[in-house]
Amino acid sequence: MAIFNLKINGENHQVDVDPESPTLWVLRDHVKLVGTKYGCGIGQCGACTIHIDGQAMRSCSLPISAVADKSITTIEGLSKKGDHPLQKAWIEHDVPQCGYCQAGQIMNAASLLNNNPNPSDADIDAAMNGNICRCGTYVRIKAAIKTAANS
Amino acid sequence: MSLIKTTYNRRSFLKASAVAGGGMVLGFSWLASCTPTQEEIMAMPEEWFDINAFLKIGDNGVVTIMSPNPEIGQNVKTSMPMIIAEELDVSWDNVIVEQAGLNTENFRRQLAGGSQSIRQGWESLRMAGATARRMLLEAAAKQWEVPVGELTTNEGLISHEKSGQTIGYGEIASAAAEVTVPEEIELKDPKDFKIIGTDRLNVDGPKIAKGEPLFGLDVQEEGMLIAMIEHPPAFGMKIKSVDADAVKAMPGIKDVFTINIAPEGIEQQWSDRNNVFNDLVAIVGNSTWEVMKAKKALNVEWEAESSLESSDDHEATLSDLVSQKADPARRDGNPEAAFRDADEVIERTYSAPFLAHNTMEPMNFYANVTADKAELKGPIQTPEFLRKTAAALLGMEEDKVSVMMTRMGGGFGRRLYGNFGLEATLISKQAGAPVKLVYTREDDMSQGTYRPDYKVVYRAALDADKNLTAIHVRGAGTHGSPVFANRFPAGTVDNYLAENHRKESNISTGAWRAPRSNFIAGAEQSFLDEVAEAMGKDPIELRLELFDRAIKDPVGERNDYDAERYAGVLKLVKEKSGWGQDMAGVYRGVSAYYCHNSYVAQVLDVEMVDNKPKVKKVWCAVDCGIVVNPIAAKNQIEGGIVDGIGHAMYSGLTFKDGAPEQTNYDKYRLIRHSEAPAEIEVFFVDNGIDPTGLGEPSLPPIMAALANAMAKATGERLYTQPFVSSQAVLG
Ligand code: FES
Ligand code: FES
Repeated sequence: MAIFNLKINGENHQVDVDPESPTLWVLRDHVKLVGTKYGCGIGQCGACTIHIDGQAMRSCSLPISAVADKSITTIEGLSKKGDHPLQKAWIEHDVPQCGYCQAGQIMNAASLLNNNPNPSDADIDAAMNGNICRCGTYVRIKAAIKTAANS
Repeated sequence: MSLIKTTYNRRSFLKASAVAGGGMVLGFSWLASCTPTQEEIMAMPEEWFDINAFLKIGDNGVVTIMSPNPEIGQNVKTSMPMIIAEELDVSWDNVIVEQAGLNTENFRRQLAGGSQSIRQGWESLRMAGATARRMLLEAAAKQWEVPVGELTTNEGLISHEKSGQTIGYGEIASAAAEVTVPEEIELKDPKDFKIIGTDRLNVDGPKIAKGEPLFGLDVQEEGMLIAMIEHPPAFGMKIKSVDADAVKAMPGIKDVFTINIAPEGIEQQWSDRNNVFNDLVAIVGNSTWEVMKAKKALNVEWEAESSLESSDDHEATLSDLVSQKADPARRDGNPEAAFRDADEVIERTYSAPFLAHNTMEPMNFYANVTADKAELKGPIQTPEFLRKTAAALLGMEEDKVSVMMTRMGGGFGRRLYGNFGLEATLISKQAGAPVKLVYTREDDMSQGTYRPDYKVVYRAALDADKNLTAIHVRGAGTHGSPVFANRFPAGTVDNYLAENHRKESNISTGAWRAPRSNFIAGAEQSFLDEVAEAMGKDPIELRLELFDRAIKDPVGERNDYDAERYAGVLKLVKEKSGWGQDMAGVYRGVSAYYCHNSYVAQVLDVEMVDNKPKVKKVWCAVDCGIVVNPIAAKNQIEGGIVDGIGHAMYSGLTFKDGAPEQTNYDKYRLIRHSEAPAEIEVFFVDNGIDPTGLGEPSLPPIMAALANAMAKATGERLYTQPFVSSQAVLG
């Protein structure tokens, strides 16, 4: 066990955990931020996507020791009131079905738009391919990303 | 308006009572006119449930509508309350929706499955709203001393035109609670619907977008421990011995023990019987990561208790079965003679592997068992069955066991089988603490209740003039054949034979989105494409001719479809897609299917991109009667299409010595963003018929629309799923 001082969504948190512990489980079990989801645990599905210094990362494959001095953003901290252009577009397009993958999709899309404010269809496919949606909401996700990009 | 008798048992099933602070609570428990038996439920999951409703009017006019059925992403939490709100005549803006827990006094059959929530709930939900509206009207009439017939309502306001008086629902709700429940109520004419048929956004949409805790896996309770299970690594194996000492000493680990969720003498529900891994090792600890680490380090010795099956054996057995005759499930005319006299016989074999459900949220459940009660909470499609078995396992009365349903991160049939809820129950009891049981993805994918593997042979006989004279279908599958003997094309040809074979296996199978249809539609509609080709006919024309025959002069007595509605969707998709026009570089496939009481026809366009076929667009016509919430209905249809393309193309679970060879998404392929159609256009038939299923019907036919378009694009027909494994160009 070791003490880590984390900066999550602009707030400081101190946790005493196994340094190998994936960031995903530290967020969910210790910091009680459960918006970040577990889907596969091996970096294949994107459900656990968070931002580390603004870039999308898979928190299931990221030991807490590797992010201790970085700025972590989770879906809960993407915007103060849930009004990030992507969150608004997601609601407007009625994207979710079960909704389980969507926090990861939004976080990944937010990082895409940070790097590329006007992505083409091919850009979206390439950036989002690591995020599985078992319910098959891909067509709406793409439409929502475009709406957010244009807003 | 139509007058309808309220069909509930008044004394036991409907309660109206004033609640604290004014307002009215109405609890309904409607008795369905036909209640399927458990056996019927097992055999035919499309025909399931009664449904119930619950609403509460606040003194400020805000209405809380309880959504009785579990939400698995089929959007019933929005669409079911819309139906109540419509008949109640309130503004949707004033409606708050809450998920109801399991409550067999107020509600009956709180189940999700078979695309039946809306179909089965339609009338009772309307009655729930209309009855409440009527009671509010009667209370106002009494207060104003005017005849109730002179009153009208509009969005939560009651008016008496003659006297100019008005009153809001909230103000009269408390008086309404004292009104006798009416014997008869009026339902709206669908023409007057203001909410039903309009786009209403998912009531949980903002919470999902913000990542708020909604799912079972998000449950956090005071003093809660985390639990995981270890089940046998292969079907046919069981625990021999567990060496838990080292693991018990690991940091954060509280206990390691074995549980048995199906001990002798405990009555099982149908939802328990498909499960084969009933003896398990449980690990309990403080945090998910600590328990995961312990699980990896755990030393369990397994031993075989029955055969360890492999996919190769399955393939051989299925091939053998479809080469043998079986007792006819249906026989019309003289198919043997027709094939003997045929000028040409077309014979094709189709097969598909096992599939895992792979809900995005792995199985999990929260349980808090104490000496005299048990609290269960989590994602479950069949809460009532879970409670029955949990109570039996604990030796408690059912009323001591509560079940709360959380939003489910996908179901697709998997959460009909509540083994994980029972596991959590026994683990909590043994650990003496509240626990949240969490499956790893690997646990989830290797646990069973799979879509069975299937094989089917279709044969068609053509005479010298290329007329279709006979069809023969022979199917085989693990735990049952995929063939529905009385569905299309039965009824459309003079000579018809359907035969079914069943293969036994110790690999557990269960309902998977659109059971059986999810395979047979793809095979049947691919075959028909080849038959049309051999006959020199346009594939849509051939289908329409067959439907025409079934409309005018159907063969046989029992044809389980309405040929006019079938033809209707096909004509609609033909028109919308501009079928028949030549489009350079576009390869099109068509398909149509009927299941879960709804009709779907699809045209799928493929283009070659970098020498690889890419699905560009899907056109989909749907006849599911009245569409309650079009924006959400389209979402279901789109999802079924993407799901169907994905599984036909990429997914499959294979076995070696009883163990699944794919246990996570590195090896088990699911469709991804770049592989989804660029565009899906959905058209609904507007016919005013009561609503039918939406969650499943768009999936089965798309597999054939895809295969037929791919055949045009690549010149090769596809017979074996997943298609990527049979054609290198698709990989
Ligand atoms: S849970 Fe991290 S990528 Fe799947
Ligand atoms: S909405 Fe269910 S997994 Fe994406």
